[in-house]
Amino acid sequence: MSGSTIIFYLLAALTLVSAVLAVTTRMIFRAAIYLLFSLIGIAGIYFWLQYEFIAAVQIVVYVGGIVVLIIFSIFLTQQAGDELPKQKMGRQLFSALAAFCGLALVLLQIAQHAFVETGGEVVAPTVANIGNQMLGVNDGGYALPFEVVSILLLAALVGCIVIALKSKPEQT
Amino acid sequence: MMEPGLYHMLFISATLFFIGVYGFFTRRNLVTMLMSVELVLNSVNLNFIAFNKYLWYDKMDGLFFTIFVIAIAAAEAAVAIAIIINLYRSHNSIDVENAEELKY
Amino acid sequence: MPGLPLFWRGNEGEAIMPNATYIALIPLLPLAGFLMLGIFGRKYFKNTSGVIGTTLLLISTVLALYTAYGYFFEYGKIDGVYQKLIPLKYTWLQFSEGVSIDMGIIIDPISVMMLVVVTFISLMVHIYSLGYMKGDERFPTYYAFLGLFTFSMLGLVISSNIFQIYIFWELVGVSSFLLIGYYYDKPSAVAACKKAFIVTRFADVGFLIGILVLSFYAGTLDFNTLIERLTSAESTEFKTAVAASFMGMSALTWGLVLVFIGGAGKSAMFPLHIWLPDAMEGPTPVSALIHAATMVVAGVFLVARLFPVFAISSPDALSLVGYVGAFSALIAAVIACTQTDIKRVLAYSTMSQIGYMMFALGVSKYGGEDGLGYTASMFHLFTHAMFKALLFLGAGAVIHYIHSNEMKDMGGLRKYLPITHITFLIACLAIAGVPPFAGFFSKEEILLAAYQSNQSIYWVALITSGLTAFYMFRLYFSIFWNREAHVHGEHKGEGGFAMMMPLVLLAIGAAAAGFIPFGHFVSTDGARLETEFHLMFSIAPVALGLAGIFIAMWLYKKASDKPDKIASSLNGLYKAAYHKFYMDEIYMFITQKIIFNLIGRPAAWFDKNVVDGLVNATGNGTKDISETIKGLQSGKVQQYAIYFLVGVIGLALLFIYWWN
Repeated sequence: MSGSTIIFYLLAALTLVSAVLAVTTRMIFRAAIYLLFSLIGIAGIYFWLQYEFIAAVQIVVYVGGIVVLIIFSIFLTQQAGDELPKQKMGRQLFSALAAFCGLALVLLQIAQHAFVETGGEVVAPTVANIGNQMLGVNDGGYALPFEVVSILLLAALVGCIVIALKSKPEQT
Repeated sequence: MMEPGLYHMLFISATLFFIGVYGFFTRRNLVTMLMSVELVLNSVNLNFIAFNKYLWYDKMDGLFFTIFVIAIAAAEAAVAIAIIINLYRSHNSIDVENAEELKY
Repeated sequence: MPGLPLFWRGNEGEAIMPNATYIALIPLLPLAGFLMLGIFGRKYFKNTSGVIGTTLLLISTVLALYTAYGYFFEYGKIDGVYQKLIPLKYTWLQFSEGVSIDMGIIIDPISVMMLVVVTFISLMVHIYSLGYMKGDERFPTYYAFLGLFTFSMLGLVISSNIFQIYIFWELVGVSSFLLIGYYYDKPSAVAACKKAFIVTRFADVGFLIGILVLSFYAGTLDFNTLIERLTSAESTEFKTAVAASFMGMSALTWGLVLVFIGGAGKSAMFPLHIWLPDAMEGPTPVSALIHAATMVVAGVFLVARLFPVFAISSPDALSLVGYVGAFSALIAAVIACTQTDIKRVLAYSTMSQIGYMMFALGVSKYGGEDGLGYTASMFHLFTHAMFKALLFLGAGAVIHYIHSNEMKDMGGLRKYLPITHITFLIACLAIAGVPPFAGFFSKEEILLAAYQSNQSIYWVALITSGLTAFYMFRLYFSIFWNREAHVHGEHKGEGGFAMMMPLVLLAIGAAAAGFIPFGHFVSTDGARLETEFHLMFSIAPVALGLAGIFIAMWLYKKASDKPDKIASSLNGLYKAAYHKFYMDEIYMFITQKIIFNLIGRPAAWFDKNVVDGLVNATGNGTKDISETIKGLQSGKVQQYAIYFLVGVIGLALLFIYWWN
């Protein structure tokens, strides 16, 4: 058992345990913090897989952006110390059963399926390679999706402002 | 314990996915439901990266999909939170059970 | 009108075409009047609508006379034979090669004659109505309807296409319906217009099927082509039409019989006559125009239009026309003797006279001297239009004065209504066939034609002519003589100039129209037909007519109980005739008891229970199902998510295990 294996298992454990806690704890602020840890664990897995750029993006966007956003919204809508109301037992059981069955089904499929490697030369996911292909207009270039996503982001930006804008009382 | 590989990654991702699903079903607070959705999205990202790493290492398509999913997730989270805040303003609560006017 | 010649002279030997513009204007002017008065009348022409309608019709009449003059004296004749000219033909709906609905104008002796008759009578009625309908609430509407009717009738007579005639035929029916129901606040008028519409509609179904049969076998809808193809024994169309048979009659005969059913419905032939007496609920000038002089003779005109086909190709159908006509003439005359409503007497008299025209066609043959019946029929149509319109307008003047239709309210009016009295007498003499008035000449010709070809019809006609004289003079004496008049204090006189002028003009027509040598103009083949009068032959009908007149005089000139005594001695027959031989009751029995009970009720049951049941079951089923499953639409986001997840997992399983 090498060091790297141990690190992987630790990261996996961190991710899953924090995720479970994030969806079960009844303190909403803690849930957000557990989510944060879970996301960091995933970022760690990306690092472990040597996808440093994705890992960095994960940390910047999720940890630095989304989680902060979530925490802000908690502050805006919730008394921080309150406990969340308890969900009905039947609903919890049913959800757990459904999730478990789904998981079992998926794992069964994964176990049964023979994955085939394509082979070929390994392309290192360096920032240079990513940058070239991301803005490339040749075959396999992602310039068009990139632009589409940028427009989507702009639309989301405008949409957020419009939705959250406090509507003035109508002047009649 | 064996050397981690594709199956480990898929296990983590599947588990994370169904944790997210479970959370989505049991939580009543909209913000925590949003967190569950983030977990689901992350499991998908992990899946993409894992396949890219172990099966299609001669390409970077999985990586790009991950990047785009992250971008879209960010937009989605922003819009969702805007909606949540708006809902809070009108209902003074962000409990899903209080926001069910849209029915038969 | 410079630049618009009356006709175009073709090259040597070619047919000469009249100028269609003049002729087209004849029906179009009343149409313009209808549109103008119908749309704007109530608002802008409240008081002037009568004058407008009359003026337009006056122009039409002048043009019609002009056309008639041109046709009969200037260009219609080639080598002594009147031609069938088609100055205008516009293909409107093309169905297939050769089969098309055209809008055209046909100019031949009968259509030109009808143009003159219709415009002239219509003009008289228009003028008369100026006085008669004065002060009526819906004056412009009345004139609009008159315009519509005149347009339709004129369109009918100049139709060059059998389908065109059908279109105008229905238009005429509609305007008749509108005018009968003109006093729509009177329940009897509403019932009458409904009855007229339904009965004629019912007959028109026969007409339509007849058109389809004829046009199917002839391969055309055009009159000239149709007649040509169905009368020449060599043509393939004729052979197939005669060869195809159904229930023992050839397809051609069936087609003609069906067409005749349509004509019989419009012309009130037995047994489709029941609407005509009720149609008298309309304003009296309308009865004069539509239900005496013009529309009701449309059936006669139709048979005359197709006469070559009837006469040459299907003598069976033609003899049916003859017997139906003769029977109707007799039965209507008998009923007319017993009625007390003066308009109903006139209505049955109309039916009887149309019966005359019909059987005159029925006994006629095609060509030369044998075509006397055809000429006589058209002649009688012409003279009848004059004196019957006059009778109705006279009756209208009487009703206008008395405010009643019943004979018992009248009597001794000759002093109060001198002009009406004289003109009415002329008309009665004319219809009774007393020389030298118009009816004498036409009736003599009819009787002669009947005598020459069918003795039984001749005797029926002879009896009918005696009856005609009797009931007309019964009417005349009851109105103008009989007991002393008991007129109310307020005297309005006879009605103004507008009402008297048409009476006088028509009286002149009724007195003098008989002197027109009709055979010179109208005959089966267009050639000149000399009609001569045999003095010996005329003795019987004239004597019979005079006898009828004297009997009527003896019974009705002075008020007495003689008529009642005779009526009671003839108890059964009188009663039956008074009740119109129970035709209405028979119709009611057939429709109510048989058709409604045996067909209508089961159909209604089926509709209510099966058809409606199915529809309701579908609706209720959908509603019930929705009611049950609407709980799914709970508004709870998480429930939706569960459905979604279950659905996705189900689909995934489906794809994985079942797809392969």
